[in-house]
Amino acid sequence: MRAVSAVETTATTHAWAIHAEGLQVRAGRHLAVNGLDLTLTTGVHGLLGPNGAGKTTLMRALATVLAPAGGRLTLLGHPVDGRADLRPVRRTLGYLPQHFGYYPRFTVREFVGYMAWLKEMPKAGIPAAVQRAVDRVGLAAKADARLKTLSGGMLRRAGIAQAIVNDPRLLLLDEPTVGLDPEQRLDFRELLRDLGTDSCVLVSTHLVEDVAAACTDVVLVDEGRLVWQGSPEVLAAQGDQGHAGDSPAERGYSAILRQHRAEGGR
Amino acid sequence: MTTHPTLAQIGRYATGDPTLDEPSVWTIEVHLEECADCRARLAGSTTADTRTTLDRVAAVLDREIAATPMPAGRSRSWSALGNRWLVGTLLPWLGMTAGVLACAALLGVLWTGLPELVLLIAPLAPLPGVAVAWHRRVDPAWELIAATPAAGLTTLLRRTAAVLAFVIPALALVGAGTGTSLALMLLPCLAFTAATLLLGTLVGVHRAAIGLIAIWTLAVIAPSLATARIPVLLAGESTPTWALVTVLLTAVALLRINAFRRLSQHD
Repeated sequence: MRAVSAVETTATTHAWAIHAEGLQVRAGRHLAVNGLDLTLTTGVHGLLGPNGAGKTTLMRALATVLAPAGGRLTLLGHPVDGRADLRPVRRTLGYLPQHFGYYPRFTVREFVGYMAWLKEMPKAGIPAAVQRAVDRVGLAAKADARLKTLSGGMLRRAGIAQAIVNDPRLLLLDEPTVGLDPEQRLDFRELLRDLGTDSCVLVSTHLVEDVAAACTDVVLVDEGRLVWQGSPEVLAAQGDQGHAGDSPAERGYSAILRQHRAEGGR
Repeated sequence: MTTHPTLAQIGRYATGDPTLDEPSVWTIEVHLEECADCRARLAGSTTADTRTTLDRVAAVLDREIAATPMPAGRSRSWSALGNRWLVGTLLPWLGMTAGVLACAALLGVLWTGLPELVLLIAPLAPLPGVAVAWHRRVDPAWELIAATPAAGLTTLLRRTAAVLAFVIPALALVGAGTGTSLALMLLPCLAFTAATLLLGTLVGVHRAAIGLIAIWTLAVIAPSLATARIPVLLAGESTPTWALVTVLLTAVALLRINAFRRLSQHD
């Protein structure tokens, strides 16, 4: 049981949690996201795309780490451009980067607590929020172990714990299931469904199976643009036996990509 | 506080009397939450059934509490405080700064022909630490931190303050041994810190620090080593100028804080 803050009970005044129009983001000199239009609301959204499609760059831009090079981006009703004050958005943001660095000498509890502190949570609530986040990812038994002693899957879960510690309204997870064993992935899907009931969760992954199982919505990008958006059921219905893949969702994925590339090549 | 329910009402509540309507149950519960006397009366009215249920719940809770690790509570250890203010990545750089200062002091003592080395390098002392404080390749968690509201200026200033809190006593300590004016040691050091932050808004803190170190070394340290004389910049009468420059640079740097909201391309 935790106290519900005034911020959480205020009515939302924005139509979309993520609203991008013609978004352009640079990765180095190259425009990795080039004219992307995207609208997402509450729920679990899976971000799929081949390697180099601009998924990670898009996630970084949504996490306010990279400034957009062009177009418009609005997160939770706040415009996110070069001059805007990003602090209100960042307070309600959870982000797990693809390669997340950490301080090896921190314990899980210290690390998640440090991130909660950086997210400017009220000091009195931090220990309880940390305990809750660590519990939710199933790391309670390892809460006081140093990060350098953890396995890859445990580190990934510690990363998820720091992302959800502030009960974010916008949660961005870049390849969260890397290194998780099959049972942990099932638990993680359960956690995703739970988180998606009242926040906007965007999960970037290359595992089509995770998306089909845990997401309410699928977003497919290629070469920095939105290719397709719809429910996992519709995605599965796109493919037939002639397409590459071991499951209906995978076949649907390759069908849409092939069709998109054929149209682009014309 | 709401009015106390009668003993009869509490008795009906305790036995779960189905004829007690819902609003009355709410009223009693709200009252019970804030009235210890009525809670005691409720305890007296419980049935044997309720008591066995409570015992069972208590036993289960005790077992679960014993099985799960203790929450850390509110204790704040020194290590946590250190972790927050002085991220471990800074420590080697601060160690290096202390080492260089000590070497300079030692050289000054051993080699009397030289101008005072400590005074010459004092302005540069905080710069390696400041440069490291805001550099993505040095901080392993930079991408995590960059997405938090404390990122940017707050973190930069906090870490700069941590560096200064270390460098200033170190300078004072070394300076006390050599007998130079303390103000002449510390003011240039603060001015250079502010200048690094200001230049950092344009080209990145890391480059700004490297640039300033290079300029000072070429323009001041090298000539004064060659001529074996303390430059006019660091003579006693330039203290007010340094004070003015420090204040001005700090003010301008604070005006340009917006540039630190995101990691820029050149960090």
